[in-house]
Amino acid sequence: MKKTKLTPYLMILPYVIFFITFISFPVIFSFILMFHKWNIIAPMQFIGLSNFYHLFHDSLFFKSLLNTLIFLIVHIPLQIIIALFFAVMLNQKIRFIGFFRAAYFLPVIVSGVVVTILWQQLYGFESGMLNRFLSAFGIAKVGWLEDSNLAMMSIAIMATWKNVGLYIILFLAGLQTVPNYLYEAADLEGATSWQKFRYITLPMINPTVFMVVILSTIGGFSLFIEPYVMTGGGPLNSTLSAVLYIYKQGFFFYHMGYASTLGFFFAGIILVVIVIQKKFVERDA
Amino acid sequence: MKKFITYLILSIGAIVFVYPFFWMLSASVAPESEISKLVLLPNSPSLNNYSQVIDKIPIFRALCNSLLVSSIITIGVLLFSSMIGYALSYLEFKGKNLLFYIIVFTMTLPFQITLIPQYILVVKFGMVDSYLGLIVPYLISGLGIIIFRQYFKTIPIDMIDAARIDGCGEFRILFTILWPNAVPAIITVAILTFMGSWNEVLWPIIVIRKEELMTMPQLVTLFAVGGRAESQLGVKLAAAAMLALPIVVAYSFFQKYFIQSMASSGMKN
Repeated sequence: MKKTKLTPYLMILPYVIFFITFISFPVIFSFILMFHKWNIIAPMQFIGLSNFYHLFHDSLFFKSLLNTLIFLIVHIPLQIIIALFFAVMLNQKIRFIGFFRAAYFLPVIVSGVVVTILWQQLYGFESGMLNRFLSAFGIAKVGWLEDSNLAMMSIAIMATWKNVGLYIILFLAGLQTVPNYLYEAADLEGATSWQKFRYITLPMINPTVFMVVILSTIGGFSLFIEPYVMTGGGPLNSTLSAVLYIYKQGFFFYHMGYASTLGFFFAGIILVVIVIQKKFVERDA
Repeated sequence: MKKFITYLILSIGAIVFVYPFFWMLSASVAPESEISKLVLLPNSPSLNNYSQVIDKIPIFRALCNSLLVSSIITIGVLLFSSMIGYALSYLEFKGKNLLFYIIVFTMTLPFQITLIPQYILVVKFGMVDSYLGLIVPYLISGLGIIIFRQYFKTIPIDMIDAARIDGCGEFRILFTILWPNAVPAIITVAILTFMGSWNEVLWPIIVIRKEELMTMPQLVTLFAVGGRAESQLGVKLAAAAMLALPIVVAYSFFQKYFIQSMASSGMKN
């Protein structure tokens, strides 16, 4: 019978090894690195709290935070409104629903690299599709990626286009859980469409809204390939994202200690932001 | 009338999401001079841009690398996740609850913390510029474990008890009895894992420097960012189209499964 007692431990062994090597060791090591200066090649050098001092005086750290904030302010509401709109549209007796779902979902499955290369052309100043479209209506060309006030917003719009299909599907699933008798009861009371939406639909799909907010927030702090390919973080660092900045410090300048400090702070900020959002969404329900 | 407006809006939406891809394909076969005016189809299409991509970068080698890495990761994740999910569902052992909480907690840990030290680990293990460096850190997936655990809960325990009485070992029960009954979970985990690793770029960019080991998204990224595309739009778009093709083909066959899998992973987050 000794064999049967060993089997469970054998089965979970891969996870235990993985957890020790690739999770707990990195977290501890990253914590230690925060107090050191290290370029991987030379020996580690203890520098106390210097990395923290540097961080609080690093304008690029704050710039990347501000950029992420701009991204989230554009991305989250846009994502929720568009996804909800199309989900409500699809939540009727219509034909070709499979076709529409598949079409909206297409950008979700395609690599971010493809989407970014494609949108770089759409956003092109001289001959990009968007500016050609605007010109046809006599509107002046827009410097989507050239204007430092607009560049992050442009990336947020692109990210919305890429991800919103997933949220259309999630909202649609959420809408289908709302029991019909609630609407019927509201009809008897003479409620308007808006009232039904505001007081029945919205509270029922609140968990989905919260999920969209969280996933978009994590996405905002994880932006990398979009600015890396499109703008390299420019113009004037206006699209420098959190992960792009960690990447630059770590793999461009080989400031491993400082890059770890950035990683820790960004991770902490993500968790704090999510807790605040949770409070906010729950109160709003 | 209301129906008509609904269909009109839904169709405009479909055009907004699909047309850019159509334009990309069309521009990738257009001569450079036509791209800036292109709306639907080019006047004189040619595969010139594609042959330039093939000449300039080892794109087929990269395709094979991506297929190899993503397949091994997917097989590994399926084996390990189902094993750990099985242990969590049907077996008794010390620290079972603790293990479950650790898995869930680990899933919420932002990767920004572990990125730098994981790279250092890969350097110390001598796995920089090797397939192992791309594969090993991705062999375990918390989400995969959770999906299998959830699914195994729906399978009646009688089935397992009966097999145990017949003297079946736990590994045999898992792979010969549960696997054939857990096809939906296997498909979900397989699609999520394969897609995730196929589309991953940041980690390959950090770990791989040798061109012959690069994955497809990495190679296309460096091609688009570096000077080798010589700022020719058509060539960049051809490279992007080649990168998109495999997953779009897979999507067109298994569209329903892709949507279901992604939606269920969203729910669990």
